[in-house]
Amino acid sequence: MKPLVELDQVSFQYDARPVLEDVSIAIQPGESAALIGPSGAGKTSLLRLVLGLLTPTKGRVRVAGGSAGSRSSASIGYVPQLDTVDWNFPITVTETVLLGRIQRASMWPWASAEDRRCVESVLERLNISDLAGRHIRSLSGGQQQRVFLARALAAEPDLLVLDEPTSGVDPRSAENVLHMVSELNRQGMTVLMSTHDLNMAAAHVPRLLCLNRRLVADGSPEDVLTPEILSDTYQADMAVLRQDGMLFVHQKPHRHTYADDQVQPHPAELLERVR
Amino acid sequence: MIQELLRPFEYEFFRNGMVAAVLVGAMCGLIGVFIVLRGMSYIGHGLSHAIFGGAVVAFVMTWNFYLGAGVWGFLAAVLINQTTRRTRINADAAIGVITTASFAVGIAIISRYRSFTRSFDAALFGNILGVTAQDILVIAVVTLVVATIIFFGYKQLLFTTFDSEVAGVYGVRTEWIDTLFALVLAGTIIVSMQVLGVTLIAAALVVPAITARLLTDSFVRMLLLSTLTGAATGLVGMYLSYGFDVASGASIVLTQAGLFSLVLLLTSLRRRVTNRLIHTHV
Repeated sequence: MKPLVELDQVSFQYDARPVLEDVSIAIQPGESAALIGPSGAGKTSLLRLVLGLLTPTKGRVRVAGGSAGSRSSASIGYVPQLDTVDWNFPITVTETVLLGRIQRASMWPWASAEDRRCVESVLERLNISDLAGRHIRSLSGGQQQRVFLARALAAEPDLLVLDEPTSGVDPRSAENVLHMVSELNRQGMTVLMSTHDLNMAAAHVPRLLCLNRRLVADGSPEDVLTPEILSDTYQADMAVLRQDGMLFVHQKPHRHTYADDQVQPHPAELLERVR
Repeated sequence: MIQELLRPFEYEFFRNGMVAAVLVGAMCGLIGVFIVLRGMSYIGHGLSHAIFGGAVVAFVMTWNFYLGAGVWGFLAAVLINQTTRRTRINADAAIGVITTASFAVGIAIISRYRSFTRSFDAALFGNILGVTAQDILVIAVVTLVVATIIFFGYKQLLFTTFDSEVAGVYGVRTEWIDTLFALVLAGTIIVSMQVLGVTLIAAALVVPAITARLLTDSFVRMLLLSTLTGAATGLVGMYLSYGFDVASGASIVLTQAGLFSLVLLLTSLRRRVTNRLIHTHV
């Protein structure tokens, strides 16, 4: 089977600063994968390369066999980070979701009966039908996330791309959104997302791509969420706990003991330690 | 009363002026929504100055005014768009540099050939009494073209204005939409110059849109309300201009500013009353 998304030895530089180096990834139709890694690891840049918003400095990015961003490539439903949205823009939930239909829309400025049917069914599916006439700013973070997910689904895409879908929403809403996305994946939708939330990713995403400029590891949460790989990815000490079949990752706190506080070192000695 | 209202229509200059003011008001109201939401409120101010430079050049080269000013305005608008897209310069700074430089070209030429300074008063401050039947025809054609482009490009324009980058991902050809919009904008400003004058166009583009924004949270309703506000204030402004014998551009803009203040006051009062009702325990 041909991969839906394929990065072949991709490097990307921003103002001569390397952001991604020699990254190769293939995502098959029907797969769900999440990019994890620290801030500045290149997660957003990688997503933007797939969306065709950036061009690789080296290597090739292909979506459904065509170059990323070209009109021949597969249709993509994109859910941007919530903090990039202009919340003062005068637009209701229905108007926002209708934008997703733009490729299938007629030349007339109003929505066709088919557009309306599709939007209604997507809103119902995501359980936000009652918000249809509301302005986007008046919603909670979780509802806002679902509206933009609805816009992506209204495009009836081959690939769903989500940039940090769990940031800016409370833990329960984040759980709900990831649950919905994994439901969609079970129904056959290919998903690629970036996330900071390792625990949510471990619970909901079957394949994790650990990124820190290079692809550090690629595999199931059980395979890649190990202290060694996480230390390579985050350059930090991470503890991994397993309980009731679930994985929990936590950053180890800096060593700090009661005894350290007992003897105050001389400032000159502190300076020496820093040197 | 009705006879009193209809009396000014006995004069041809008033009839022409009224048609021009209503059409230009509506067109500026319509385009203004996109301008305000793109955070380019000063593009009207800047572009009208740039076009003034183009008009002077057209005059010196004895080109047709509409053609000379049109090409100049369109190029300035495209240049602003491209500068914003391709560099780290923000829209407001790009507008400042490009349009002021273009205005300076006009001023330089005028100061070199002082003899025709007077004929540009109309362009700077508007002269609605001088609107001829031919001007009306040009205004009507531009209004029709602008309305048609907005009508058929509505969805693409809405998506590009809301989030240009995401619109591109969803298959909207945003560069084309921006270029088309620059053309529409240049056309609107050129035909509005004679009615409102270079110095007052900015207000006619911005005030109806922000008035409509106060009244609705829906994009399509904002478009309709802003267009209607532009047309209605054009009409009322023309009457006031006739009644109080003041410059038409100024009276239209003052009518718009008055309406905006009224709507601002009413919406603030309504919000305060609603908040009080919510917070009052019964």
